[in-house]
Amino acid sequence: MIDFPVEVKNLSVKFEDHIALSDLSMQIPHNAFVAIVGPNGAGKSTFLKILLGLVKPTTGQVRIFGKTPQQIDPNIIGYVPQFKTMDRTFPALSIELVYTGISRKWPWQLNKDARKKACQALEQVGAAHLATRPIGKLSGGELQRVCLARSIVRQPELLMLDEPATGVDAIGEEDMYRMLENYQNISGATILMITHDWHAVTHHADYVLLLNRKQISFGSPGEALQEDNLRLAYGHIGHDHALKFLVNANE
Amino acid sequence: MSEILTLPFMQRALIAGALVGFLASYYGVFVVQRGLSFLGSGLSHAAFGGVALGLLLNAEPLWIAAPFTVIVAIGIFWVRDKTELGSDTAVGIFFAVSMALGIIFLFLKKEYTSDAFTYLFGSILAVTTTDLKITAGVLLVTLFTIPLWQRWAYASFDRELAETDHLAVERDDYLLSILIAVTIVVTIKVVGIVLIAAFLVIPAATARLLSTTFRRMTIISIIIGVCGAIIGLWLSYYLDVPSGAVIILFQALLFFLAMFYKFVLKK
Repeated sequence: MIDFPVEVKNLSVKFEDHIALSDLSMQIPHNAFVAIVGPNGAGKSTFLKILLGLVKPTTGQVRIFGKTPQQIDPNIIGYVPQFKTMDRTFPALSIELVYTGISRKWPWQLNKDARKKACQALEQVGAAHLATRPIGKLSGGELQRVCLARSIVRQPELLMLDEPATGVDAIGEEDMYRMLENYQNISGATILMITHDWHAVTHHADYVLLLNRKQISFGSPGEALQEDNLRLAYGHIGHDHALKFLVNANE
Repeated sequence: MSEILTLPFMQRALIAGALVGFLASYYGVFVVQRGLSFLGSGLSHAAFGGVALGLLLNAEPLWIAAPFTVIVAIGIFWVRDKTELGSDTAVGIFFAVSMALGIIFLFLKKEYTSDAFTYLFGSILAVTTTDLKITAGVLLVTLFTIPLWQRWAYASFDRELAETDHLAVERDDYLLSILIAVTIVVTIKVVGIVLIAAFLVIPAATARLLSTTFRRMTIISIIIGVCGAIIGLWLSYYLDVPSGAVIILFQALLFFLAMFYKFVLKK
């Protein structure tokens, strides 16, 4: 068995003259819940795209379950994109979107087995009633649940989420974290989540990766979010804001 | 109706209409959902450049237009993928270059050519047996690539999601653009260069209004595309007007009826 589902060594990414990320090295253990935080433009989404095989690193190594992102079987990876970027004008039912998580293609017709699996995944995230609803008619929170069902329907061992709580109310957000933790408890999956939500970072994450175009820190929330690290990542003003949240959270 | 079915040119036109109606409306669903309606205009004007070159060289225009349009289609996607320019900008550039070349080629031809009008506005008299064979060939290739519908649909919904699932999205896009380019070329004689873009877009847009799934959208689009072309050709024969214009007006009528159904009757 591979010791670490995600291993990153001396990773850097450069787009033409612009350094998007540099000096990333970490080993993420099994069953970890990792929050990836940092200011806008810090390279969080780029990092996730490297792990997904969408962006190739300029230097360094990335191994997902011991393989490169391009070699890895996509069926063991679940991905929840920023749902605000999804095309909601596309004529699709929720169940069809979930089906893409099973088959990795758009359904012409849903067979009985696929329908059953998709319905089970929707049920797991409390969205069974949305199965036949067009995605254009879902609220932000509902679409988030459907996307989550899509990502877990293939029972991934590694789940990656890009700002999944954007545009979702506080109750919906808490619900989502509860569903993620449930899934993690059942499956033993490793979860990587980009977030700006300090509450989620302090209450749900086992590890924090703090980025600002380079790796500022990686470790437990207490280690990674030390004052100096926050100052390096966010500057003076942003650091004060983050610190207030963290102090409140600890209290 | 039975009388016109005995006329050989009309038989050819109706078969060609049904075939190109199927092809254009099938690929049209991807054009519409990917927001590439302007691509139809760009490629049809590229076809104009190819047709004009064919007329200049006294060669069969469609044989020249086909590779010419395919090269432009590949060029558009290549510029889009390799630069930070959007599809519309890439289309705009190739659109203008192809038109400019077409004008120069026709100018160099010196003598007046009535053929140009056939290609611009479509004519039921222009369809030959060879055209039918070529169109049937394109249909055969399309039927052969039907399994790609699921991948094209997935990438049309979300390109990034399809890429994370390791689909060869870029290669699929090139293939789709080549097939759209070839479809546009074989559609020229029935609909005419000026109106091909609408022939791609209107059936799919109408189907979108009436569909909650992409599968249903594809089926309805094909029905509208085929029926619209056949009824439009039949009307153009009786009204003695260019076939392309009648087909497009008939399809547009269906579009507005669908709008009326969706936003007035169904509310």
